[in-house]
Amino acid sequence: FRTVEPLEYYRRFLKENCRPDGRELGEFRATTVNIGKTGSITTADGSALVKLGNTTVICGVKAELAAPAADSANKGYIVPNVELPSLCSERFRSGPPGEEAQAASQFIADVIENSQMIVKEDLCIANGKLAWVLYCDIICLDYDGNLLDASVFALLAALKNVQLPSVVINEETGLSEVNLKQKTPLIIRKHPVATSFAIFDDTLLIVDPTAEEEDLATGTVTIVTDEEGRLCSVHKPGGSPLTGAKLQDCITRAITRHKEVKKLIDKVIKSITPK
Amino acid sequence: LSPGDTSVLAGLYGPAEAKLSKELPDRAALEVLLRPKVGLPGVLERSREQQLRQTCEAVVLGVLHPRTAITLVLQVLSDAGSLLSCCLNAACMALLDAGLPLCSLFCGVTCALGADSTITLDPTVRQEQEARAVLTFAIDSRERKVLMATTKGSCSVEEMQQCLAAAQRAADTIFQFYRDSLRRRYSK
Repeated sequence: FRTVEPLEYYRRFLKENCRPDGRELGEFRATTVNIGKTGSITTADGSALVKLGNTTVICGVKAELAAPAADSANKGYIVPNVELPSLCSERFRSGPPGEEAQAASQFIADVIENSQMIVKEDLCIANGKLAWVLYCDIICLDYDGNLLDASVFALLAALKNVQLPSVVINEETGLSEVNLKQKTPLIIRKHPVATSFAIFDDTLLIVDPTAEEEDLATGTVTIVTDEEGRLCSVHKPGGSPLTGAKLQDCITRAITRHKEVKKLIDKVIKSITPK
Repeated sequence: LSPGDTSVLAGLYGPAEAKLSKELPDRAALEVLLRPKVGLPGVLERSREQQLRQTCEAVVLGVLHPRTAITLVLQVLSDAGSLLSCCLNAACMALLDAGLPLCSLFCGVTCALGADSTITLDPTVRQEQEARAVLTFAIDSRERKVLMATTKGSCSVEEMQQCLAAAQRAADTIFQFYRDSLRRRYSK
């Protein structure tokens, strides 16, 4: 029945206000996060692995040096890149990034920009000459819905883990000397957290959709909030119409979710810092 | 379609025969191509295309034309602010002009939130740059619900609600404009 009439199968569950995997409509899947050297990338400057139920996303941050752009001499760069390789789901083919990967990369770039999580001036070493470039590669290892939430979370966790080596510019030669022994952590000003909802049949809103639910949904909404309860991003790419009240409902739930996620990240960071 | 100096040219082709790889068995496959004024389409254009496509898919009754492809091509002629809402309006008018079956109309409205919390509708490029946040909504014509929302910059929840209310009021003017231009076109 499930493969023949997936929508009807789902409707029966939704009528009882629950979902096939036993969750409530407003319940999130179990979230686990692994930061830094434990189980993540050792060659990267910062890394994190996030699992939201079955959706697995890994983020690696590499810091490199470059000359800042001519028109913004005191700003560094952050370059996020979301990849959805064909190993994560049969819906993605190998080859140039598809629309979903590009839209996700743009979304992550917007979130970083809007939330001012990393101020680009902090990444500058010498005005007009040298600045840090942070390449953030977010790769999905297993796609089971709700990619944006997991990616934002992985990015946040990885950036909290990044340690930038100190760089000194030698006055005589004009070259930079990187001191790998002295490391300073990255200054993260805000902590944005994304919450995604799927809309069914123009009325029902469910939180944290799985891949099946996303396919059957008539629309999706993603809300990114920071710790002051300000909205960093409301991302609703089309789909069924929502009233202002429903949107408000989503935002309130997003703010609650933010608190939970923040607690989780703080707990994990605390458990790895005494080194 | 040119509000102020921003102009976008929209061309709609369809319902036409779809390639086997793209055809969907029960509805029309909608494709949106957005070409910027200069340069090749990049990641920003892709995300805009995805937003436009899903907005149009919600409105176009695709089930009446299964296994066909509808292609919407948008070319940016000039950009003086509020580009995304201009694209939305152009897309809707193109859908209307082509006579495709739609369940409702939609219009795009951009609001800029200034540093002193003043709301400016339909901002110019300078107003957008100086603003604390720029929000774009696609509002539908039947019940003034939100079809699509994008924000740039951060704002508080109350400010977002205020912008949404202002956008819904402005939507009335835009729908009136649609009616007038269509009337002019067909009243020869």
